[in-house]
Amino acid sequence: MSTPTDSAPAAPAAPKPTRIPPIVTLDAKFFWDAADQEQFVGQKCGDCGLFTFPPRPMCPQCFSLNRQIVPLSGRGTVHGWTIPRHPAPFGFKEAPIVAVIQLEEGIRFVSNVVDCAHDEIRPDMPVVVTFEATMNNHKVPVFKPAGK
Amino acid sequence: MARKFTEAAIAGIGQTEFSKASGRSELQLAAECALAACRDAGVNPHDIDGMITFTIDNSDEINLARCLGVKDLAYTTRIPGGGAAAAATIYQAMAAVNAGLCNNVLIWRAMNERSQYRFGQNPQGQQMQYQSGNGTGSLLWCVPYGAMTPASWGALQAARYMQKYGVTNRDLGYISVQQRAYAANNPAAWFYGKPITLEDHQSSKWIQEPWLRLLDCCQESDGGVAILVTSLDRARDLQQKPVHILGATQSIPYNVEVISNYYHDDLTVMPEAQGVAKRLWAMTGLAPSDMQMAAIYDAFTPHVLLQLEAFGFCKPGEGKDFVKSGGMALDGPLPTNTNGGLSGEAYIHGMNSMIEGVRQIRGTSHNQVTKKTVEHVLVSSGMAGAVLARA
Repeated sequence: MSTPTDSAPAAPAAPKPTRIPPIVTLDAKFFWDAADQEQFVGQKCGDCGLFTFPPRPMCPQCFSLNRQIVPLSGRGTVHGWTIPRHPAPFGFKEAPIVAVIQLEEGIRFVSNVVDCAHDEIRPDMPVVVTFEATMNNHKVPVFKPAGK
Repeated sequence: MARKFTEAAIAGIGQTEFSKASGRSELQLAAECALAACRDAGVNPHDIDGMITFTIDNSDEINLARCLGVKDLAYTTRIPGGGAAAAATIYQAMAAVNAGLCNNVLIWRAMNERSQYRFGQNPQGQQMQYQSGNGTGSLLWCVPYGAMTPASWGALQAARYMQKYGVTNRDLGYISVQQRAYAANNPAAWFYGKPITLEDHQSSKWIQEPWLRLLDCCQESDGGVAILVTSLDRARDLQQKPVHILGATQSIPYNVEVISNYYHDDLTVMPEAQGVAKRLWAMTGLAPSDMQMAAIYDAFTPHVLLQLEAFGFCKPGEGKDFVKSGGMALDGPLPTNTNGGLSGEAYIHGMNSMIEGVRQIRGTSHNQVTKKTVEHVLVSSGMAGAVLARA
């Protein structure tokens, strides 16, 4: 075991994530488990094929309990956004862009648009999924401008 | 015992002072406003036999009944959905009286929502608001992204609408200025004697950029409001001129939820208010032009526009022009939130604006509509609404 005196100087530790982790419910556990693995998945009815969000135990179209977890394209557009200024949201050094993302699969998902200046955000701007770390070693899907 | 359909009416209204620090328990506020409503009506609190509040009210029915000496409580219920519950309390009271289930229904909402906890701040580890029954089940999908306050959820809901119709934040200022003008003339209002200008609105800080400034947001308030509902026949024999509940309803269309409401088809409309409007106009046989005043839930200014449009007071996208041209003013087509609303008077979760509708019909508002007789008032909390009428 090395001691502080004989070890090589360590690289500065990456700053610890300050974003609060997702609040996980049983019906959405599949989603957050996949996000931890940097996979963006959704719920589709195993019988009639309807995509649903938020996740739910029963298909509202055919009442099937057969849930399929399927990869989503991760592509979408910015349907609406806001920049929370006051109070400063907990866990963010700078004000994030919070957006409703219209996904290709026809469902919507609240997320952040990252790698995008506040004055660059536009309605219907194409975005693609990426992931950011949270406290407690979790990850959440966020979106960045397509092509960045 | 045979039941028969009975018309319902509001016989009494009561409120505490509206403040930022009441200095007493929420239960005490509830008891005080309940007693005030009973005394206003001339009903002995012992004879209350129905009680209705919001799911998120912290006072217990039994504890409140113990304060009021309620002899035999025949009916209790709570309405989910936070402030969206406001008008549904009248709806349920009407239904209970109509069905002959009880005679004297007490509706109350009392809270120390400034001094004890603050809806407008980041959650302090309290998970309460993400739980079932609050109608806000998808809030947990917002929180990791920094949308942690009602203003952030409300702004995100309004953004698409404002983009589509080019509604600017300055356009919203006309709502704030009008409501604060009303509040300035209402001694019960927190902002009594404190009108604002459009420039004040435009120089107030961003809460949610580029949609909501501070003066687009409702207050955080301590206080309580109560309403006593009974049959129209009984109300005629009581102390006040009865206010007939001509119609009341609720509408929660598919995939609509309270405030984190991003999953229904068209985010440029408020489908729940459209649903309420459709049923309410059909139920009463009335039209928007029959309303002489409206009390419209104004947690945030854009939602006033969305409700004005949903109820048909103006066409989609024309709400901003309606308010800019003085549509909400006392001499306008629809005097609205004449108490000052939730931004100007107080935020008692919509209840305080509803009892302003009662005052308008009684003719006792500090900002009384005088250009015409107030025959009908619309009260709306988005997912529920009622038409109150002169009896």
